[in-house]
Amino acid sequence: MRKVKEFIIEKLILLCGLASILFVTLIFLFLLKEGIEVFKSVGFFKFLFGKSWYPISEPPQLGILPLILGSLLVTIGAAVISIPIGIGCAIYIAEIAPQKLKEILKAGIELLAAIPSVVLGFIGMVTLVPLVKSVFHLPTGLTALSGAIMLAFMAMPTIVSIAEDAFYSVPKTYKEGALALGATHWQTIWRVLLPAASSGILAAVMLGIGRVIGETMAVMMITGNAAVIPHSIFVPVRTLTATIAAEMGEAVVGSEHYFALFAIGIVLFVISFAINVTADLFLHKRQ
Amino acid sequence: MRNPYRTQKIAFFLLLLATLLIVVPVGLIVVIIIQKGLPAINWQFLSDIPRQGMRAGGIFPAIVGTLYLVTGAIIFALPIGLLTAIYLSEYSKDNTLTRLIRLAIVNLAGVPSVVYGLFGLALFVIFFKFGASILSGSLTLGIMILPVIITASREALESVPHSFREVSLSLGASKWQTIRHIVLPNAIPGILTGTILGLGRAAGETAPILFTVAAFYLPQLPDSIFDQVMALPYHLYVISTQVPNVNEKVRYGTAFVLLALVLCMNLIAVIIRSKFRKKKKW
Repeated sequence: MRKVKEFIIEKLILLCGLASILFVTLIFLFLLKEGIEVFKSVGFFKFLFGKSWYPISEPPQLGILPLILGSLLVTIGAAVISIPIGIGCAIYIAEIAPQKLKEILKAGIELLAAIPSVVLGFIGMVTLVPLVKSVFHLPTGLTALSGAIMLAFMAMPTIVSIAEDAFYSVPKTYKEGALALGATHWQTIWRVLLPAASSGILAAVMLGIGRVIGETMAVMMITGNAAVIPHSIFVPVRTLTATIAAEMGEAVVGSEHYFALFAIGIVLFVISFAINVTADLFLHKRQ
Repeated sequence: MRNPYRTQKIAFFLLLLATLLIVVPVGLIVVIIIQKGLPAINWQFLSDIPRQGMRAGGIFPAIVGTLYLVTGAIIFALPIGLLTAIYLSEYSKDNTLTRLIRLAIVNLAGVPSVVYGLFGLALFVIFFKFGASILSGSLTLGIMILPVIITASREALESVPHSFREVSLSLGASKWQTIRHIVLPNAIPGILTGTILGLGRAAGETAPILFTVAAFYLPQLPDSIFDQVMALPYHLYVISTQVPNVNEKVRYGTAFVLLALVLCMNLIAVIIRSKFRKKKKW
């Protein structure tokens, strides 16, 4: 009797373990089910590289190149800002800060991670957007630049905490060896710890970028939402995520527009899948 | 020759600067929201329905809506997440299946929140015909916070020393009895921490509820899980971008309530974690 009970419980637990796989598969299948239509009717390459996104004109023009470029521009901007600052902060916390300060800094970073993106978007609207507008003398502050700064900020907690872990996982002997040979603390960090932690840092950067690409609300609130091909970082853009969030409410279920938004979802899913699998490989290599 | 100590000084200064560039704005954000949001908070704001096209009145329906959604999400995600964590820490072997599950969890954590919204719309709202409802929204949020709960619970379970299990097994307890009576009770604080962090995450997310439950303006409380509700994050989005001329006080007040809710949950989680660390006997 006890054996039967154990057996049932074990199978039940295994079943729950499989749930995660089920959910990932379901997400992909349902995106595909709704989105595949567009790849057939518009054509895969025409959808990805079409230069105009006018989903409600007659006939609708469904090219997401402007959206891809919008996402790309904002993401590159955010990466340029967040990678050096994030890694710098991780080094400071892991290596330099005294114990008490370390706890405070870590709490600050955790606090940033906890702030909902819609709150950050709101704060960005009332502080960052007017600032960008007046500093660069622009007609509007709702630009790719504002989005990039905001997103850089949102990628920081991911980058800092994972990079910090990467530093901790470097064996202590490496550091002791370098110091014993007469290297300064900074030389040890720069020449020994940084290379030793590089795969973890790379994973940190990738996951940070993954966060940036997937971010929706803040970006929708402060990038201006203009679905045209951007020519500089000082113009409004619209990202892939913001397009889905802004237009799904108005799209008629079953229309071409509706299917196209799901197709954008497929693109986002594939990008995030690729980033997460690669980052996981880097993190695993380290262990 | 360059002086290595001067280089070190400059480098450390730059690193400090980078750190300040992150931490100072965080502090500023919190201070701004408290400073401008706190004066807007009074009993009427918390307990009244929105009035004059959401330009005045309170945010009561949005608070209630968010509480419903978060409760629903946790009812769904906690059992599945906890059992998954038990599987991974107690039963799984190092094989392809385990690696696949781990990979799936990593990916669930990385899927953009708006994609969860699409998924919820396609599966729960349309395919299962739940409509835009508390049920659809809760399930969508539940799947989204699953990785948070699994990861935290798993860490908690794995931090219970191996000897505890060995003693229990050697006394004749079965594997499940060991888990149920020895491992789980010792892992509860860690599991609780993860659950509360998941709650905070679910309370603050907007994109997954956009198409699955959130109502633009609905000045009444829901009757069943098949009703739409207002939700705090979506309400903040609406009054700061969709409705013109909203009183600044109402916006900051809403942002304050949302932030306070999320940060309180995080604070509770941190307190439980640190208390547990102090009490830990092994």
